[in-house]
Parts: sequence; structure tokens; C-alpha cells
Amino acid sequence: MANDTEVLVLGGGSTGCGIARDLAMRGLEVTLVERGNLTDGTTGRMHGLLHSGGRYAVSDQASATECIEENEILRDIAGHCVELTGGLFVQRPEDSDDYFREKLEGCRDCGIPARVLSGREAREVEPYLANDVKRAIEVPDGAVDPFRLCVANALDAENHGARIETHAEVVDLLRDGDDIYGVEVRHESGPGNRTHKAAGTTEEITADYVVNATGAWAGQIGAMADLEVEVRPSKGVMTIMNVRQVDTVINRCRPKGDADIIVPHETTAILGTTDEEVSDPDDYPEEGWEVDQMIDTLTELVPILEEARTIRSFWGVRPLYEPPGTGTQDPTDITRDFFLLDHADRDGVSGMSSIVGGKFTTYRAMAEEISDHVCEKLGVRASCATADEPLPGSERIETLEAGMDDFGLRSPVARRSKQRLGSRASEVLDTDEANPVVCQCEGVTRAEVCDAIDQSGSDLNAVRIRTRASMGNCQGGFCCQNMANELHPAYDEETVRAALDELYQERWKGERHALWGEQLSQAMLNYALHATTMNRDRDPANEDEGDGLEYDNFDGGRPTAETRADGGARLRGETGGEDSSRGRGDR
Amino acid sequence: MAIEDDVLVIGGGLAGSMAALAAADAIDDARVRLVTYKQSTLRHASGLIDVLGYTPDGEGPLVDPFDALADLPDGHPYERVGSEAVREGLAFFDEIAGDAYAGAHTDANALVPTHGGTVKPTARYPASTAAGLASDDRDALLVGFKTLPDFEAPLAAEHLAAAGAPFSARGVTISFPGIVRDDAKVTRYAHLLDQDESVATSAGETGAREALARTVGAHLEGEPRVGFPAVLGDEHAAEVRAALSAALGADVFEIPMGPPSLPGVRLEDLLYAALEDAGVRVTSGVPVVEYEAGDTAGADPADEAVAADGGSDADRIDHVVVDRHGAEIPHRAEQYILATGGLVGKGVRSERERVFEPIFDCHVPHAADRYDWFVDDAFGEQPYARFGLEPDRELRPLDADGDPEFANLRAAGAVLGGYDFAAEKSGAGVSIATGYVAGRRAAEEAGAGR
Repeated sequence: MANDTEVLVLGGGSTGCGIARDLAMRGLEVTLVERGNLTDGTTGRMHGLLHSGGRYAVSDQASATECIEENEILRDIAGHCVELTGGLFVQRPEDSDDYFREKLEGCRDCGIPARVLSGREAREVEPYLANDVKRAIEVPDGAVDPFRLCVANALDAENHGARIETHAEVVDLLRDGDDIYGVEVRHESGPGNRTHKAAGTTEEITADYVVNATGAWAGQIGAMADLEVEVRPSKGVMTIMNVRQVDTVINRCRPKGDADIIVPHETTAILGTTDEEVSDPDDYPEEGWEVDQMIDTLTELVPILEEARTIRSFWGVRPLYEPPGTGTQDPTDITRDFFLLDHADRDGVSGMSSIVGGKFTTYRAMAEEISDHVCEKLGVRASCATADEPLPGSERIETLEAGMDDFGLRSPVARRSKQRLGSRASEVLDTDEANPVVCQCEGVTRAEVCDAIDQSGSDLNAVRIRTRASMGNCQGGFCCQNMANELHPAYDEETVRAALDELYQERWKGERHALWGEQLSQAMLNYALHATTMNRDRDPANEDEGDGLEYDNFDGGRPTAETRADGGARLRGETGGEDSSRGRGDR
Repeated sequence: MAIEDDVLVIGGGLAGSMAALAAADAIDDARVRLVTYKQSTLRHASGLIDVLGYTPDGEGPLVDPFDALADLPDGHPYERVGSEAVREGLAFFDEIAGDAYAGAHTDANALVPTHGGTVKPTARYPASTAAGLASDDRDALLVGFKTLPDFEAPLAAEHLAAAGAPFSARGVTISFPGIVRDDAKVTRYAHLLDQDESVATSAGETGAREALARTVGAHLEGEPRVGFPAVLGDEHAAEVRAALSAALGADVFEIPMGPPSLPGVRLEDLLYAALEDAGVRVTSGVPVVEYEAGDTAGADPADEAVAADGGSDADRIDHVVVDRHGAEIPHRAEQYILATGGLVGKGVRSERERVFEPIFDCHVPHAADRYDWFVDDAFGEQPYARFGLEPDRELRPLDADGDPEFANLRAAGAVLGGYDFAAEKSGAGVSIATGYVAGRRAAEEAGAGR
């Protein structure tokens, strides 16, 4: 039997979650399905730049104008996800004066506040800039936590009655003639919050309208109903440093190029990026030279990067699109604008639209436009409120901040927790229970971890993106075990073990790209801790035979033990009548 | 002028300490010095003395580690020193450790519960862990603390059952009396018990030991042993255990934990006390910053002539320079032992394009492409875990051509390569065996040269 909903959104990235929130706030019944975790596709794999629009001020002024508008809106509605770092477009001696002038004029044309700094002034703002930096344009770029922002959208959609299903992969589009009326999904561990080791199920979800917001994967979804969506996935690498070498977004002021941006992000700085078309968004090469290029090229702007420690690298895939027949060769030339493909107009197949292209900073505006389209299709008259209503965590932050105490936490921990939780801080941190720090690198307490577990089930990667636990220097080596401990007793031991292994392997995946210097030492320490101290690599509990291990054959202790202090000396190992089964070492 | 010794050991972890102790033990009046820079990695280690838990092929857990030694591949540190030396080294450790460690009564490995909940094979274990073996079939109550997120006792108990442990374990989580801050360090727990500080309980003020025993006692259902995370005292650990044991009427044991590890710290204390007793001069907090090679009084021309066609025309280290708070002090010795650790201890370092040994630049074999330094499964056969020096059977590090880097330099412990201590569970055993052999041989050679 199928479950029915009014609008079905495919894809749990910023676009999908933004649409789900928008439509749910307009009173529609919404279900969102996502193959993995929220943000798993492209949203969680971006550099964390909240565009001022300066980046597009020369090449694409429509996008630039939209960026500065949305930038200002997000500062209001998502204050707890945004850090107002400011940004610099930095000109080196070899970079073009003409382009610098065009950039400045472009910013002014688009309403982006822009100010020229001399090289010396720029180095006063960012002391690690190279000595020969010529000058810079200061713009209101910012840093944004894409995980927090996306999850806040999903939470608010749920608050407005939406159903959000993660780990629910679309396996078929339901099409009847020229009408798409729903999907079949495969739930990895049944519907609801994810639980490792629980049996999978399938479900048919029917809907009045389907929105394909799967970005780089939109072509794969379309193909399920024989629809062609010409998305051109383009990969980019990002390399994470262990500290913030800069506190301001640093852009290279030149037309286009790889490795031209550094974004301060929480405790780290993220170097980016490249732009290279790939054929399969799930399978493309991730190579060392790309990481080297980030470090070597950006060292021209910030020389200390050459010797600095990186903690991991990751690749994201842009969902670039251009209308058939445009024929742009270089992916960097493809527009960053988004496209709403109504398959009724385009292919004569009703019931679904696909969204492709676009960028994170303007996710809300995209969602608004798409939601308008869906409402029109369904004959619903309701207006968008997402630009005015703050997201959960950003309600009345200023007044709350003033009245909040530190919840018994050391102040750096409390400060960071409050930054992450925003106005939800009291609700989450005000507990009578012991609230020790679970992740030392990022200062994440038990209360935050448990709050995330409540939201997302046994999935520790979902806990990670909500809390930043395991995202610091140790990359989970010291804390992922502690995070897993918090799953118990809500989840049984086997589930906890599977969840821990999944997180540990996920952390390793990105750390592989940072394996030299300090981070290789860290990796060896992590390995030693998990393999030597805990024996997680050879855990007998993971063996198929289960009880194949014959404990009897091992040393069971010396049968003449230390004398008990109460004088009740007895031979260890001779209690309880098990003396016939002593280890061989005792014989 | 330089500070003169017979044997200079660089590195103050388990391997360096064993090397210095073995050198001091080998000949009378040997002048042995140990210089160490950073805190040793013993603080990260569980304090267990693993010898060999699994073969390099992953076979195990091995009941008898000594059985497997003969089959180890060429180049494995145990193969280099030979099985007999492994036994001798361990016996030497047993003598030094005395009552502080157990397990010497048998060749068999013990299975010890880990704080992650499963079990691991080890050859020697601290006295504090002796009552807690998983290969002992008495039931156990495991106790965790609400403020210590590293150990979840009920989960560990379930995990032990899943690992097939031959006893019933039950876990409870309690508030540790006297711990008022949620982020207290493990040393704070230990200190409370060491000093038996007065703490407030519902029954009024009592000593911390009594308060803890009373809290735990309420949960005890006749189990003959009770396990705690390894926070039961530091300097007076035995006394703390005895007091808890008496009050509970059950044996008390510790489950080894991750960093910072009190059993590791206790082992370090034990080794440093032994070094002092043995007359080894220890200087801490000082890095070796450079060395000078060349001909020395020890290398007479006749020797060189013999060496030239014998394949051993290696230089000798004349002296090393130690940075003592800005002052560069030369240290000269007949024999040198490098025990600076592996990647974790920074005795082996790396950059994007190379892996190297930072003091003497000894050859470290490694693939040219750093993407060949790892495999994709975090617990797969990791090449980086085997990074380190390649020694000859005298434990002299070899250069790329297979010749000794220096005639008077030996290496011991994790700075050696060719084995994956984490997968094999062989870290402490290799440090002990190679430290012992390097120390003895160095002292004998220095003694012969005197």
C-alpha cells in the first residue's frame, strides 16, 4: 500500500530541504526522501563560503546581485549558521589591474559594499598574506556551516508537519502514461530514524507533485522515467587545514582559476577548489596532485600554507546545467544560475519538475521560486515566508544570548556550543545530568550529541554533521568511540559497533588525502588506539564464527593472587567451581 | 670538550629505557646516558605488554606468541634479534617490573578486556588488571562513571558477551563521589583515591575510597570481581585497589584505557625509577639537534682496512649535539642507540614527498608516491604502519644499499620498520626485545673498546 503526500521532494541537500521548509510553511503536506544523510550529496561538500556576490561581479552580474540579497537574508534568518568574516579579493603583482578595476566596478554595480585596501592595509587585516600582495577589495563575504543550515531547514520543515526520510533511496519513479505520480524508495533500515542492522524495507510514496532536487544526480532520477536531464557534474577539491590561517575569506582577484579561495570555517580553514567535469557523480578520481595544487597555488597568497598541517581533503560535485545546444566546453564557463525544468512543458510528462544548477548561497531564493511553481501547479494560493521567519536556532538570538548562562560548562566549550546551537542552546544544554565533553577538539558535550541522536537515530555521521564532533584535528581518533558510547542503551551493542565502524571509516576516507607530516603521525596514533588498545581491527565479536575463540586456552591469571586487604585471602580462579576450566597457563 | 659516555641512548620510551637498563646491566661501571626530548608515548599506551597477538597474516589471537616467532618474515624486528633474545628481553623486563606486572608464570597470552568492550591478547599485564582477565571465567561487574564518556560499562558488558567471553558481565554507570566537574581529568579521579580525600555523600563526609565502594556496593550482586576504568590511583594504586577490594568483598581490577593512560604513566614511572637505580644518567626535555661523524679514537686504521673489504666501511658517529634550553652541548659516546619512536613519537617523520628519520637521516624505505602509503580500508594492511628503519641483525640501521649507516649506531623500538605493531599487537614486545639487544650489544662493544 502506498503512502500519499501532496508534494514529494527528492534530495536532502540545501535545495531539497529549502523547498520542503518553504512548502511546509505554506501549509502543504510534504515528504522529502534522501538517499543518504542530509547534505551527503553536494551541500556537505562545499567550501562553506557565504557569497557576497563579489566572485560573480564581473562574469555574471545577475547571480552577483542575487547573492548579496540572499547573503543579507541569511544573516537574519540563519544567524547561528553564519559567521560574518568579511572577504578580500587580493591582487598579486602579476594579477591584472584592469580586472581589479572591473571587479570593483562590478561590485558597485551590483550593490555589493566594496572598499579598496592597500597591500599594507590588507596585511593588517590578515597578517599571513604574502608580503608582495599589491592591494585588495574588501567585501562582505562570510562563512556558513552548510550542515547546520541544511539540517535547520529540515527541522523546521518537520516542525511544520513535513516527513523527512533519510537513507531512503529512490529506486523507481512511478509513471502512468504521461504522468509521474510518485516513487518507490528503499529504506536502508526501515522508515523513521536510521538504525544500523535493522532490516530494510521498500515503500511506495505517491504524490500530487514530485520535485526532483537531486542536483548532480538529477539525470539518474530522470532516466528512471525515460526523461533526459542534461546535468553536467563537475568536481572540485577542498583541502581542510587544522587551524585558521586566516579569519577573512581570501579570494584571488583574477578572472578564473583553480585554487583561488581560502574560507575560514569554525576551527579550520578550507582551501578550494577545482572545476572538472566528471561522467558519474558517484565515481570519479580523487588524486594527490589536486591536493598539492591547492596548497602550492594558495601558498602564493598565504605562504605559511606550504608547511601547515592539513587534516583531510574532500571532493564535491557541482550540479552544473546548461540548456541543450549551448555547447560550453569548459565547465568553469557554465553559468551558476539554476534551471527549473518542468517536464510537462519540456517532455509532455506531467507531475514533476527537476531543479538543476544553482549555488548554495541562493538556495532559499531557488526554493522560493520552485515552491511558487509547485503552488501554481497545485492551484494553491499561499505566499513564501522563508525570508522573514528565522530558522530554528536563530530565533531572537540577541535577547537569548544576553540571558543565557554557561550551563556549567567551561567558557570556551559553552561559547562554542552556543554558537552551534544558537537559540536552541537552553533547550539542549540545560540538563541536570552529567554533561562531559565528548569531543575535545571541537568542544562538543554529551547533551549536544544526545540531541543529535534524538534527531537522527544510530547514524553517527548524522550526529557529526549536526555537532561537528569528530571533525577536528584528531578526525575522530579520540572521540568517535565516545560518540558511539552515547548511542547505548537506546541502541544495542551490535548496532553501536556498526555505527562506530561506519563513522571511523568515513573519517579515514578524507584523512587519506592528508597523510603526511603531523596528520600522518595522528593517523598512526588513531590506528594504534583503535587497533592496539581497543583491538577493534580484530574484534572477536566481528568474527562470523562468533564463539570460535577458545578462552580456556589462554592465561586465566595466576592462581595465587594478591591477598585481599580484609584478610580474606583466597586463590583467584578458585571461586564458583570453575577450577576445571582454567587456562593452560595455570597448569 | 664533550660530555663523555660509553653508551648514549636517544629516546625515553619503553625501548630507550630498556636499552639503557640493559646497557647498564651488561657490564660493570658502564657509563650510560639517556637523553629524551618529548613526553614519551607511554602516556598514550595501555600499559599492557603485548608480545605477539596475531601473525603478520592476521592469524590469531595466538595462544602462544613464542610459537609463532620462528615463522616471522625476514626483516621483522623479532626475526632480526631471534626468538631467544625475545625471551631474554622479556625476562629482563619481568625482573625490572617485579610485582607491578603479571603474566610471567606462563608462555600463553592472556585475553584482556579493552575499554572498547572487546578483548585483546597480551603477554604481560599490570597487577591492576590481573583480576580482570577475560580468559578468567569468573563473573564480573563493570563500573563506569557518568562523567567519563570514554567507557560505557553496560555497553562493554554486552560487547564482552558478543565476543564470547566465558563469564557473565554486567555494567552499571554511577556518579563518582567527589567529582564535581563534568570535565575532570582522569588524574583528578586518581588523585581523589590516592589521597583518599574527604568527599560529601548522602551519608555525610567520608573518604573517597569508602564513598566509591559504598556506591558500587549497592549495585553488586555477588560478582566476585569488579572492574573500573583505569583511574584507580596513581602513586598508591595498589593500596587503593586493596581498600576497594576489602570494602566490596570482591577482587578489583582496572580496564586499560586510551590517552591519557594511567597504566602507561605508571609504567613510565617504574622505568624511570629503575633507570635511577641502575645509575643511568637521564636528561629530559632536550632534543638532539645534530651529529658529527668522522674518525674517532675508537676506529683505528687497521680496523678500517679490514672493514673496507668486509663491506662494513661505515662512518662512526663522533658526537651528537644536544640542545639544552638554547645551549648546544656536545655528547660523545662509544656507542649510540636510537630509540626515538615511530610516526607517533616523531622518530620517523614525513613530508608530502618523503619519509625520513630526522636526527641521523637514516634510510627509511617508502614508496615514492604518498598515495601508496595507505590502503583504503582503515584497518587494512597499511604500509605507513610499517614505516621505519631497516636494521641488520646487530640492529644497526642500514642504508639504501644494505650497509650500516654508522658503525656505532643501533636502533630499537618503534623507530624500526617492517612490522605493524598495531595489527600484530607487538608494540611493547618489540620495544623490549630490541631495546634489550641494542643495549647489551652496545655496552659489550663499548666495554671491549675500553
